[in-house]
Amino acid sequence: MAAGNEVSPAYYIQHHLQNLTFGKHPENGWSLAHSAEEAREMGFWAIHLDTMGWSIAMGLLFIWLFRKAGKVATTGVPGTLQNIVEMVFEFIENTTRATFHGNNSKIAPLALTLFVWILFMNTLKILPVDYFPELFKRLGVDYMKIVPTTDPNATLGMAFGVFCLIIYYSIKIKGVGGFAKELSFTPFNHWALIPFNLLLEIVALLVKPFSLAMRLFGNMFAGEVIFILIALLPFWAIWLLDVPWAIFHILIIVLQAFIFTVLSVVYLSAAHEHH
Amino acid sequence: MNINMTLIGQTIAFAIFVWFCIKYVWPPISTALYERQKKIADGLDAASRASRDLELAQEQASKTLQESKEQASQILEQANKRSAQIVEEAREQARAEGERLLVGARAEIDQEMQRAKEDLRAQVSHLAVIGAERILEGSVDEKAHRKLLDELAAEL
Repeated sequence: MAAGNEVSPAYYIQHHLQNLTFGKHPENGWSLAHSAEEAREMGFWAIHLDTMGWSIAMGLLFIWLFRKAGKVATTGVPGTLQNIVEMVFEFIENTTRATFHGNNSKIAPLALTLFVWILFMNTLKILPVDYFPELFKRLGVDYMKIVPTTDPNATLGMAFGVFCLIIYYSIKIKGVGGFAKELSFTPFNHWALIPFNLLLEIVALLVKPFSLAMRLFGNMFAGEVIFILIALLPFWAIWLLDVPWAIFHILIIVLQAFIFTVLSVVYLSAAHEHH
Repeated sequence: MNINMTLIGQTIAFAIFVWFCIKYVWPPISTALYERQKKIADGLDAASRASRDLELAQEQASKTLQESKEQASQILEQANKRSAQIVEEAREQARAEGERLLVGARAEIDQEMQRAKEDLRAQVSHLAVIGAERILEGSVDEKAHRKLLDELAAEL
């Protein structure tokens, strides 16, 4: 807790959980929100600059690293970077091959992007919770929440992307009629139960992206809150809890990235299957 | 924790990253990996082929060695036989030569003897003539004749 004792724990926690929001305020017009209140008043027409910035930075890091490894990739003896990249590559490729039963060469790259991107975004959580808020405060920026996956907008955004792909491939593979038929006649293959089936299937379909997004967000957000709470302890006691929690989170970070990726692939696989 | 445009922004970013990955990240790594896999498989294949070749070559070598050994012993045997033959032939030749020489020598001896006999005969007749002259000139003394005849005989 860098600011000392003059701030209350509640304020400290809230401050750390507030995104840097730029949007159209009813009174101030397009501006940065200076409080959680203002951010809320902006409604939908606002954007979290920190979430976007850090997530795009992590995405670019992924693209840059893997592109670099791909460029220098030789069939001979691989270097260290190439080794790591190839390990991740093969892990994702094998996972995709095991879970995806359709015939689509774009699914594996999609899974790779999801996995590494989410992994990088999650990994930002290992950085001490005070460093970046404090640094940006010195630079005159009020809020800075660096872990994009603790923002439901980010996880919902990615899940929404996956959802679009599910719809796209369902229609592409089965046709509009086939997709509608699948929604109408499963699980009960009887015309009288079409409304019930539709209700069930559409809910099931819509739940998919929400379950994806909320699982990742929930895990990351909860972990972040714990880190912030630990940071409220006296400075000499922080490491006692912080270190075990961080080590435990190395597992969570990878696991959540993996779960998001595999579930996306499973959903897309289901979208490719005929019933 | 407000839901706002960040959601859409994140979706767009996601779409762009996925597109970039499909287009520029996945293919080179995938190609390199499969090429390396193929290279390793080829290498292993070549190694096993080479070891099979080596085995074959070793077999061939031992076979050749065996053959050459047999050949060598055959040649040796032949040479032995030949040398024995040559020795035999030489011996035969020598004996024939010896015989020829012996025959020649004998013929010469015979010839010589014949000549000596001719000579002797001529001398005997001459001596006989001389003896008869002597007998006719001197008295017929048994003793003297005896002596003369002895001399004559000794001279023969």
